[in-house]
Amino acid sequence: MASRLSDPILTWEQVRYQNSMFWRTPVAAFFTLFFPLFFLVLFAVMFGNDRIDIAGRGSFTVAQFYAPSLAVFGAVSATYTNLAIGTAIARDEGILKRFRGTPLRAWSYLGGRIGSGVWIASIAVVAMLVVGAVAYDLHVRVETIPAAIVTFIIGVSCFAALGLAVAGLAPTGDSAPAVANATILPLAFISDVFLPLDDPPRWLEVIGNVFPLKHFVRAFQDVFSPVTTDLGWRWGHLAVMIVWGLIGLGLALKFFAWEPRASSGGRRRRRG
Amino acid sequence: MSAISISGLVKRYGDLEAVAGLSLDVAEGEVFALLGPNGAGKTTTVEILEGYRSRDAGEVSVLGEDPATAGRGFRDRIGIVLQSSGIDRELAVSEAIDLFGKMYPTRRPTADVLEIVGLVEKADARVKTLSGGQRRRLDLALGIVGEPDLLFLDEPTTGFDPSARRASWRLIDGLRSLGTTILLTTHYMDEAQNLADRVAVMVGGGIVAEGSPDDLGGRATGLVAIRFPLPDGVGIGDLPAPFSAATVERGMACLDVTDPAAPLNQLTGWALERGVDLSNLTVNRPTLEDVYLELTGSEDTNG
Ligand SMILES: Nc1ncnc2c1ncn2[C@@H]1O[C@H](COP(=O)(O)OP(=O)(O)OP(=O)(O)O)[C@@H](O)[C@H]1O
Ligand SMILES: [Mg+2]
Repeated sequence: MASRLSDPILTWEQVRYQNSMFWRTPVAAFFTLFFPLFFLVLFAVMFGNDRIDIAGRGSFTVAQFYAPSLAVFGAVSATYTNLAIGTAIARDEGILKRFRGTPLRAWSYLGGRIGSGVWIASIAVVAMLVVGAVAYDLHVRVETIPAAIVTFIIGVSCFAALGLAVAGLAPTGDSAPAVANATILPLAFISDVFLPLDDPPRWLEVIGNVFPLKHFVRAFQDVFSPVTTDLGWRWGHLAVMIVWGLIGLGLALKFFAWEPRASSGGRRRRRG
Repeated sequence: MSAISISGLVKRYGDLEAVAGLSLDVAEGEVFALLGPNGAGKTTTVEILEGYRSRDAGEVSVLGEDPATAGRGFRDRIGIVLQSSGIDRELAVSEAIDLFGKMYPTRRPTADVLEIVGLVEKADARVKTLSGGQRRRLDLALGIVGEPDLLFLDEPTTGFDPSARRASWRLIDGLRSLGTTILLTTHYMDEAQNLADRVAVMVGGGIVAEGSPDDLGGRATGLVAIRFPLPDGVGIGDLPAPFSAATVERGMACLDVTDPAAPLNQLTGWALERGVDLSNLTVNRPTLEDVYLELTGSEDTNG
């Protein structure tokens, strides 16, 4: 009987396929999941019971500051970095071209990549929060959970869109890791991920404020902040991420390609 | 009805006219082979038919649709084996066949596909562990898993060992008997000879000859080549009558004739009379490869 699986099921199959590719590539799993956890433990050992006082934002314990910031960093690796690199390489190797020749909908394929990225991101966030809560007394207030979830969804959507934009803009699959890392790592240092900038030069602060990472980190930190007494909604931060998400989406739609770039030559274009 | 019909197809890359006014018809159920030297425009043509590339001029109809605008229903009915494409290195063979099979409304069971392409033993192997030829068989598997009405094969057997090539010929024969239309490109003349109902030779973006493999370029009615080593001390002038028109290449006397009976009779009579050894005499119809080299004008570089 000629009937096809429905598109949502096919998309789900794509999510499962991308997930298993992720788990079978230990390097990606290491950097996305283990690395941020390692930093949390490292900072906890280094700073112990010191408190991190930030003018205007209150006094944080190490876990209150770093568990959310490193959770965001893991989520951004799972979406922005992994999508940019994975999609650009798949394009150069002719994997995207092969899918393009089948009846699979384009959005099912991309939905699989994005869905898998978001799934891994949520594992990264939950792992971080659980370790923070169990080992370092991180306190999660139930009332702020809806805001935390919405912040997460908006944040990973924004960075997934930007990751696909970078995949489209990267001239070759080889250059995608360089582009992705050269953008996200410096930004992490001025976005409160690894250290709170104490009285930074004005221009550094401006750069941090322009890009979305700091907004993701701060919105998430505020959810767990000792001084937060409201429900944790940070509309300003969310708005910046939505704007960047739309910019990313526009660039991704404009520059996305299914076929290897002619300039990428034959090296990665292996048969079969 | 034609499965594929092309007229006046033109494709340019900048200044290069890769396909220059090509016209071609492939009937339903036919196995059609596109031959031609590197850069002739075969892949460009095939990828236009598959809907990957746009065209600059001409009419194209594939399964009654224009591939440039055809939608999902078109992709349901075609199978594609690209000249070069990729697959995740960490995917297992049977997982890949499952994953792709699910996308089609009609599909061959994975076990059947594994059997057909000869990858049963490799069902659980990761793609990264496959040899080049095994990977090519997986390409073939993914091309046929959706039970296509029309199958595109761009150099499907490149990298196959001789027995794998024979096996793939049997596979293609099997598909033919199910009524599948097949458009393939190949550089192997024996493949075209064995598989194709019709072949076309493409040079510089256009077709220079078209026909069945047996009579391409007038091969069925063409000349027969008689060759033998010119004995020591014998000149062309000493040979019996028709051979005075023979040419000598590297010590071999060569003569092309329409009917070899009379010249051979004279030649053998002459040899018996003189006690000349003719054990290296050959009488050949030109092979498809001979005709191909003639048509593509590349005998000097390749032959
Ligand atoms: N994307 C492209 N951009 C520019 N030129 C191209 C492109 N694709 C193909 N060409 C050129 O068009 C011509 C035809 O290429 P095509 O790949 O169609 O040849 P082919 O007959 O398939 O050759 P082969 O037997 O080597 O596979 C070649 O000169 C090639 O360099
Ligand atoms: Mg080609």
